[in-house]
Amino acid sequence: MNPSAPASAAEIDQAREKLDAHTVETVAWHFHDSTGCPFWLEKKSKLKFDPLTEIHSFDDLKKFDPFEDEWLRGGPVDRWVPKGLAGKPVYVFETGGTTGIPKSRIAMEDFRTDYSLFSDTLPDKYFPRGSNWLMLGPSGPRRLRLAVEHLAQHRGGICFCIDLDPRWVIKLIKKGWMEHLEAYKKHCIEQAISILGAGHDVKCMFGTPKLIEALCLELEEQGTTLGEMGITGIFSGGTEFTPQWTKFCVEELFGGPPEQSGIYMTPTYGNTLMGLACSEPVTKDNGYKISYHAPQPRAVIEVVDFDDTDHLVEFGGTGRVKLTTLTQEFFVPGFLERDEGEREPPCEQYPWDGVSGVRPFSRLADSTTVGVY
Amino acid sequence: MIILPAIRWGKDYESLEVEEISHFLTGEPVAKVHTVGAGIIRRDARQARRAREVLRELSPAELIEKCKHAGELFENGTLTVGDSQQSPTDFVAQQSATTGMPLSMCQANVTKNAFVLKNIDKILDALTRGLDLNILARGYGDEGRGVTVSYQAQTDVLGAVLPSNSPGVHTLWLPVIPLQIGLALKPGSQEPWTPYRVAAAMIAAGIPAEAFSLYPGPGAELGGAILASHRRSMIFGGPQTIEQYAGNPQVQVHGPGYSKILLGDDVVDDWPRYVDMMVDSVVRNGGRSCINCSSIYAARHTVEIADALAEKMGSINILPPDDPQACLAAFTTPNVAPAVWKSIEKFIESSAARHATANFGSRLVERETCDYLLPTVLECESPDSPAANVEYMFPLVSVVRCPQAEMIAHIGPTLVGTAITNDETFRRDLIACTHIDRLNLGPIPTPQVDWLQPHEGNLIEFLYRSRAMQLT
Repeated sequence: MNPSAPASAAEIDQAREKLDAHTVETVAWHFHDSTGCPFWLEKKSKLKFDPLTEIHSFDDLKKFDPFEDEWLRGGPVDRWVPKGLAGKPVYVFETGGTTGIPKSRIAMEDFRTDYSLFSDTLPDKYFPRGSNWLMLGPSGPRRLRLAVEHLAQHRGGICFCIDLDPRWVIKLIKKGWMEHLEAYKKHCIEQAISILGAGHDVKCMFGTPKLIEALCLELEEQGTTLGEMGITGIFSGGTEFTPQWTKFCVEELFGGPPEQSGIYMTPTYGNTLMGLACSEPVTKDNGYKISYHAPQPRAVIEVVDFDDTDHLVEFGGTGRVKLTTLTQEFFVPGFLERDEGEREPPCEQYPWDGVSGVRPFSRLADSTTVGVY
Repeated sequence: MIILPAIRWGKDYESLEVEEISHFLTGEPVAKVHTVGAGIIRRDARQARRAREVLRELSPAELIEKCKHAGELFENGTLTVGDSQQSPTDFVAQQSATTGMPLSMCQANVTKNAFVLKNIDKILDALTRGLDLNILARGYGDEGRGVTVSYQAQTDVLGAVLPSNSPGVHTLWLPVIPLQIGLALKPGSQEPWTPYRVAAAMIAAGIPAEAFSLYPGPGAELGGAILASHRRSMIFGGPQTIEQYAGNPQVQVHGPGYSKILLGDDVVDDWPRYVDMMVDSVVRNGGRSCINCSSIYAARHTVEIADALAEKMGSINILPPDDPQACLAAFTTPNVAPAVWKSIEKFIESSAARHATANFGSRLVERETCDYLLPTVLECESPDSPAANVEYMFPLVSVVRCPQAEMIAHIGPTLVGTAITNDETFRRDLIACTHIDRLNLGPIPTPQVDWLQPHEGNLIEFLYRSRAMQLT
């Protein structure tokens, strides 16, 4: 199978039917008095339609106003816990929070499910089952730290983590304390190198682009490489994971494509609200183009017109990224991300829309601090 | 359209990220610039030693000859720049198109940069106070006094984060190459032209290409990487940049100059004699340079001085960039000019300053693809006015009433201070004043810079350390 080959019409239709059915089921769950969460049940009373009888397809979700992430700020956080899941252990994950109240999202199993599904996309050759992992990313109240740890465990390994506080990093950038920023980055990289050199048989890792780069450069400074340290599989993510960065990383920091360097890297796109969108294979032959597809039907990515956010742009057209999350734990209809990109057609591996060229939304770019760790 | 690749120690690098820069009036694309990320700079910095080694294979005398030849080529040659052959006319047209500066100003900056290259021997002689450059090259030597002197290069490469506002500032890093130190440059986003053409001219003149890296790309990220990767760097920026790097011995920071003219009590009654010199100091080079005068201090006649300047400057208008009389540059970044004018209006509305050019029409001119700010004169009754010491990227001057005895205490950091006075006590105090960087005694326009004098710190002292060395 060529994962990037165009999907057939039948495959696309089948995926769409599955999404429509899943949408109806998820909406029914979140808006039924016996299973829904207090937040959505209260919203239901103010809606001009009945979600239990008037949502028949994914497109019907346009009847909801766009989801405002401000709703996630402040408590009580319990208002997001569906009655149908009452009594289950609840995690809370946060985003933002450098100043003021962070946005919170509750989770029980979603992060595990998302990362178990993601695990299926990883090639065993480079992410060997049973090997240990390094999580070189944000710690604290972030979903990523537990999610990567679950991924390692799901694949039979153990995950080593470092301490990294992204809120402090953002403060350093905003204050212009670049020397402190360098020192903090160095502190993180030292922790990573200590783990990699401690004989724990770490073969796989998560790292943000900036930290992967810093790690490779520091190892080079010390006369070694990531490959020599035993790493064979990396996943990374974010808007800084650009084709140019991938080219630099693969060709110079790793020393060539996987078959030559022995290191395979895959990009991902996600956040606390959505699951994890995976990429089609990224190679020199396709110009290191990165195209993400959401883990449908649990989450959906659309690329919509900047001004009319109910309308998809044409394939190849540029628009804002709109996310929808449809799980039993969390319902987020039509959240407008702070990113933009180009709409990609369905492919054989993912017979639904994707997005490429993801970057900060140009109309908001000035107020966004990206790639902070 | 010209394509400018990144250059990594002399080798072209094609990036997957290409930025297009356009003509400020027509919006037509002028160049495609290959941009890179910080990782490339950091990785290349590991090879910085090689840049110095290739330069050390040539003697200072050979490098000086090649630099002089490069000056000729820079001014008059057709050079391979990026994927194109660039004539001097192409260069000036391209620079004007993306910076909004009139062609005549771009040409004047070509002359200035070429002068420095063509006179590099004299400039180095002045900067080193006559030191034999072979002593720098060898690391030690005898100046003829029977004493060993030793100088040690503090870096293999000078990093420089270059600005877009004034192509004249490039004169500051031009003497680096004959000092056998390589260059890692981040060109300004609107003005990549000068660093690319200087590098092309130097390479064509026989200076090894491996001595040069040019890294276009996002300012803050690349600037941070350059400063973190090289032991000596130069950066151009605003007051925030100055504050950030103040006291950092590895960074030479160039920002607003707050250059001034001070009229002594003994000459101030003769102020009309100096009006043309004052106008020239404010307006030359579009008022964009740190060496342009931004404040004039006098103990009396400030109302009349402001009005006389307004009379001369108020009617200066926008002319097409190819008009030889054009002397105003456009603001090519959207929203900058309106924001600047808003902050000036606050001074006027709060009575911090009188707007002496108010009767000459609106100073803010908003056009479809760019904006302009016309020459503006403010008059402040006191040096305590918040408008007394301000600097913007267009011809604006504040005429400040201030007793002579209080001038030195009030002027604050001053890159170029032109003081017109024959009062010996005042002259002595001015010479002793540590916050005036370049001191002109006499009616010398502030932008009239003698390149045989150090500018904002001596480059030699920045790049080389004088140290002890004993030999047997």
